[in-house]
Amino acid sequence: METLAKPLTKNIRPDRAFTTLADYESTGGYQGLRKALAELQPKDVQQWVKDAGLRGRGGAGFGTGLKWSLVPLDDLSQTRYLVANADEMEPGTFKDRMLLEQDPHQLIEGMIIAAYAIQAQKAYIFLRGEYHVAKFRLEQALLEAKSKGYLGEHILNSAFNLEIVLHTGAGRYICGEETALLNALEGKRATPRAKPPFPLVSGLWGKPTVVNNVETLCNVPHILHYGVEWYQGLARGVDKGTKLFGAGGRVKHPGLWELPMGTPIREIIEQHAGGMRDGYKLRGFLPGGASTDFLLPEHLDVVMDFEAVAKAGSRMGTGVIIVLDDKTCPVRMVLNLEQFFAQESCGWCTPCRDGLPWTVTLLKDIIAGKGRIEDLDTLAGLTRMLGPGNTFCALAPGAVEPLQSALKYFRADFERYIAMERA
Amino acid sequence: MARIEIDGQPYDVLDGNNLLSACLSLGLDLPYFCWHPALGSAGACRQCAVIQYKDAEDKRGRLVMACMTPVADAMRISIAAEQARQFRSDNIELLMTNHPHDCPVCEEGGECHLQDMTVMTGHTFRRYRGLKRTHNNQNLGPFINHEMNRCIACYRCVRFYDDYAGGKDLQVFGMHNNVYFGRFEDGALENEFSGNLVEVCPTGVFTDKTFSAHYARKWDLQTAPSVCAHCGLGCNTAPGERYGELRRVINRYNGEVNGYFLCDRGRFGYGFVNSPKRILKPRLDDQEISADAAESHFRQLLKAGKPAIGIGSPRASLEANFALRTLVGEENFFLGLEDTEHILLNTIVELMRHGGIHSPSLREVEQADAVLILGEDVTHSAPRLALSLRQAARNASFDLAGSLHILPWQDAAVRNLENQAKSSVFIASICATRLDDVAANTYRGSPEDIARLGFAIAHCLDESAPAPAALGDAEQALAVIIADNLKQAKRPLIVSGTSCASLDVIQAAYNVAKALPATDKQLMFTVPECNSLGLAIMGGASLQQAFERIGTGLADSVIILENDLYRRVPGPELDRFLETAAHVVVIDSLENKTTAQAELQLPAATFAESEGTWVNNEGRGQRYFPVYPATDPVRGSWQWLTSVMENSQWRHHDALTAACASAFPDLAAIVQAAPGADYTVKGSKIPRQPHRYSGRTAMHADIKVSEPGQPHDPETPFAFSMEGDTGHVPPALLPVIWAPGWNSNQAINKFQQQTGGHLRDGDPGVRLIEAAGTLDWFGDIPPTFRPEQGRWRIMPLPHIFGTEELSGQSPAIAERLPAFCVLLNFLDAETLGVDSGDPVEISSLLGISILKIPVQIEPTLPRGLLGITAGLPAFQSMKTWTQVTVKKVNQEDRL
Repeated sequence: METLAKPLTKNIRPDRAFTTLADYESTGGYQGLRKALAELQPKDVQQWVKDAGLRGRGGAGFGTGLKWSLVPLDDLSQTRYLVANADEMEPGTFKDRMLLEQDPHQLIEGMIIAAYAIQAQKAYIFLRGEYHVAKFRLEQALLEAKSKGYLGEHILNSAFNLEIVLHTGAGRYICGEETALLNALEGKRATPRAKPPFPLVSGLWGKPTVVNNVETLCNVPHILHYGVEWYQGLARGVDKGTKLFGAGGRVKHPGLWELPMGTPIREIIEQHAGGMRDGYKLRGFLPGGASTDFLLPEHLDVVMDFEAVAKAGSRMGTGVIIVLDDKTCPVRMVLNLEQFFAQESCGWCTPCRDGLPWTVTLLKDIIAGKGRIEDLDTLAGLTRMLGPGNTFCALAPGAVEPLQSALKYFRADFERYIAMERA
Repeated sequence: MARIEIDGQPYDVLDGNNLLSACLSLGLDLPYFCWHPALGSAGACRQCAVIQYKDAEDKRGRLVMACMTPVADAMRISIAAEQARQFRSDNIELLMTNHPHDCPVCEEGGECHLQDMTVMTGHTFRRYRGLKRTHNNQNLGPFINHEMNRCIACYRCVRFYDDYAGGKDLQVFGMHNNVYFGRFEDGALENEFSGNLVEVCPTGVFTDKTFSAHYARKWDLQTAPSVCAHCGLGCNTAPGERYGELRRVINRYNGEVNGYFLCDRGRFGYGFVNSPKRILKPRLDDQEISADAAESHFRQLLKAGKPAIGIGSPRASLEANFALRTLVGEENFFLGLEDTEHILLNTIVELMRHGGIHSPSLREVEQADAVLILGEDVTHSAPRLALSLRQAARNASFDLAGSLHILPWQDAAVRNLENQAKSSVFIASICATRLDDVAANTYRGSPEDIARLGFAIAHCLDESAPAPAALGDAEQALAVIIADNLKQAKRPLIVSGTSCASLDVIQAAYNVAKALPATDKQLMFTVPECNSLGLAIMGGASLQQAFERIGTGLADSVIILENDLYRRVPGPELDRFLETAAHVVVIDSLENKTTAQAELQLPAATFAESEGTWVNNEGRGQRYFPVYPATDPVRGSWQWLTSVMENSQWRHHDALTAACASAFPDLAAIVQAAPGADYTVKGSKIPRQPHRYSGRTAMHADIKVSEPGQPHDPETPFAFSMEGDTGHVPPALLPVIWAPGWNSNQAINKFQQQTGGHLRDGDPGVRLIEAAGTLDWFGDIPPTFRPEQGRWRIMPLPHIFGTEELSGQSPAIAERLPAFCVLLNFLDAETLGVDSGDPVEISSLLGISILKIPVQIEPTLPRGLLGITAGLPAFQSMKTWTQVTVKKVNQEDRL
């Protein structure tokens, strides 16, 4: 059954039209919410999502049900918040955008269920400022949901109340980092927060807060509606459910497809994206956005599961692949990426703030023929320096992933630039 | 305590501390930038990386930031591990990519934390070949230089200025490696604690502009332990001198008093010492005379005719006041305080002695969990106290953080709870104060109404306390709220003082404190000058009585010690007094209206050139020492006074201190404030000059090529020299904070029991009065203040810049004086038909014109009051009147 194989995109139409509330309801929309409110306790909802095996779709892959279960629920008078992270700004990634623009009710339903599961009475959508279309459509969908009693007080005649506030960001990559997002939402500088305390304990305005990615939340209604077993049956690999995978670069049909977790990368690039454009050969690819390590054609048979991609030496990240062809210079590509990350560093911690600009300077020097062979050691040293645990948040470790793998796989390209200078 | 292992050695450290603080407290070297004991951990600079091992088997470990890692029992870490050492060195390399390396022309050079840490990490060779980013600098006013290119983005400045001190106008702008720390636009930094940026900044972004004007390297400055002369709190300072000029004042850490921070008045008020108004020679009838001639004339005056009277001073040392008192005899010694202040200070001393309520140090103030401020705008009357009260307002956040297992040093996390934690600071004041932003509730009223609120709160707490009659409903409701908060507090604090010039307010404050159920309760009074409390403890008659003594002809000569009486009493009255006196001797350091009336003027050394003991508002006796020798014939006031004594066994300061201590039981402990002149370290006096002091053989070569001998100092344990040991010096005698490898003020870590805690061997100063006994309720409750039609009561309001006499003579402070205007309630202004900026004429009730001056509307000032800046010389003509009329000045006779 088509509907059940592609739950996330079942309402998405080729004409990119907006799924109204009526459209959404006609394909089973808000059934998951009805079930949750009528039949399940918050803890049960958490358990369902945990059992389903849903993992965060923002890149880190943390268990969603587990995250929810860590929110202290014992004090019922306590304020709690749910935040949908819709600040999709990873270069090359556009998966949440499609869900937000074309099926906003799916997110809203997911948020209501998630809020119910953690007993939050207020939720925020932190939307990337440049997503103008999504903003208008979410506004409309929120009004529709409210007028139909899905939002507000006594939702569907239950005791549960929820208000959802749409907040648009001002255009900073770091706002995708959940604690920087919370600071931005509070009107502070978008600088990440130290963890601990985790947002689950002290988040937005110091209250317990869950931050989930848009796609993650969009999975939730279907788990409730169709059940855990159905959800687990969707996948082909270890991780559960479906996911939006995409490919960009010089492939025949760049795009976005909902596919089972565990789909081999080869299938995504060769089948769904139609393979490389004529005259271009595949040289490598970033499997999950700009902040993941390069993989090579030899890795095409790796499947899109969190652990499988990690084992191959990269990260599944957002699942949207950036393809490097044989006519594009990997050094220039990496420079382009590092310029982005250096620009988007929040300026809080030293390695990120001052290390990323240095990688840019070195890469520019190399490309301009002013590089030295020892610069490659300096670059490699910087990728270690900016690695996990050394910086305040995950921006810099992600930022140096394409660089560190480019140095490993495409070292000859770097050396060629340097040799040109010698000659 | 937790037992941890650092590089294979076992250590006991405080539970709940972070690793960085623990390592530094153990005396280990670990570089850092963003962490500060008063500001907690930020995790931004990544400089304090160490390796943490899972267990004894784990040889690899993982890199952690010490400042962000709580200590835990059985923890194993390594500072020395190569991976950590390399990371710290690489991190410095990154920090320095944009740093201008302009140490030779940077004023921070030689006391730069960035220099120290760079050397400590071992980073020497620079690999970065790119361009450096540059910034525009801002004019931040007369106190602070701005050189943003030196910034390493540690975020300490904004964390101090905004988070700790409540400032708003210094912010972070921009992002990535272009973050900018400054104001939205050029302009003087508004916060009263801006000067601390100089010490908080680990490099040379924020430096002392007053120091720039006559700069010397830290190692070239001669320094002695000192105490701030500019208010009654007694913050400890370290003034620095070169070439006979006082160059700057920096903070001297005292774990009980000022901790790491000073106010801007204390830091930048020193300029008066170098003022062209300094009296440098004795003068007789306005003719310069020699010191010998002055002494002999002084002696003759004392011998001839009727007895002389002495007028003491709240800004002169106990020793100088005591010498004067001894010289003229107890019955002829007057405190030099105007009547109201005299009564207030006497009452405060009485309450401290017999009221039975603890008078807290500033450290204790910071631990208060509920505060009532009665009648004070502390930011202006006792500025450093405001900074401590601001920290006390955070205690509810710390409690909440504790319940969430957030440790107190996890700064951002604790601050993020602030909006949930209810402040328990209540402020009742004449008009809006600079602490209102942390107050749970504020009340504005006349001194009578502030007192009435206090009496009502006391009555709510304890029914046996007298209640004010006919209290308004709003006041009653507020009293109940405040009383409820105070009642629940474990460590409640009541703050009051002399600002309102109201005995009622002080008595009400005592009633509230007495009525508090908590056993751990505190009562603090602010006093206006550096030795106000000491003088009041010594006791003596008032200025009015001095006038009577001369007026009735019982005495004919007057000796005035460091006191410009024109600041205290109406001019005409004083003119009469001084004219009646046959001889007037004035000992002071700066020319003023009183010195101008002297027959004999004797040049007194300032705090920077003499020694003495002051008692701060807490009741803490503290010794200050000459930083450099006074230029002959300038000498300490006590020296002038003892030089003319017939039989002086007090030619030495220690003997004078001892005599003073034995004369007054409350002052008995002042001898313990610091060791005496015979104290030596390894047989030598303690050097005032750092061991790197340069130019000693050359600095006087323009006068004489052979090196002059170092001046002797028989009065203190210090030498005007660089020879001697500073290794193990008691805290009260620490001139310069320095440790090998630690040239900046951060070397203080090496002198503390725990970082941010008490100094090893105890904090300087000696508490003189401990709470004992109890007093009856005060029951003399004033009626509410009702403005009279067409009359205004003059209400002097203290201002951090302008109210205090000496700092007002410092050029940088003079630039920040408040606008010359009178404050009026907007309804009063409306009645008069004036708006802000319009001139008004102030006249006596009999219609004598006193002053024409612009109006400023202050919406929070009660009706019927006319606010003026206390102590501003321009308002001296207002001293004669308490009630005045105000009328609009017609356009044709505008100012």
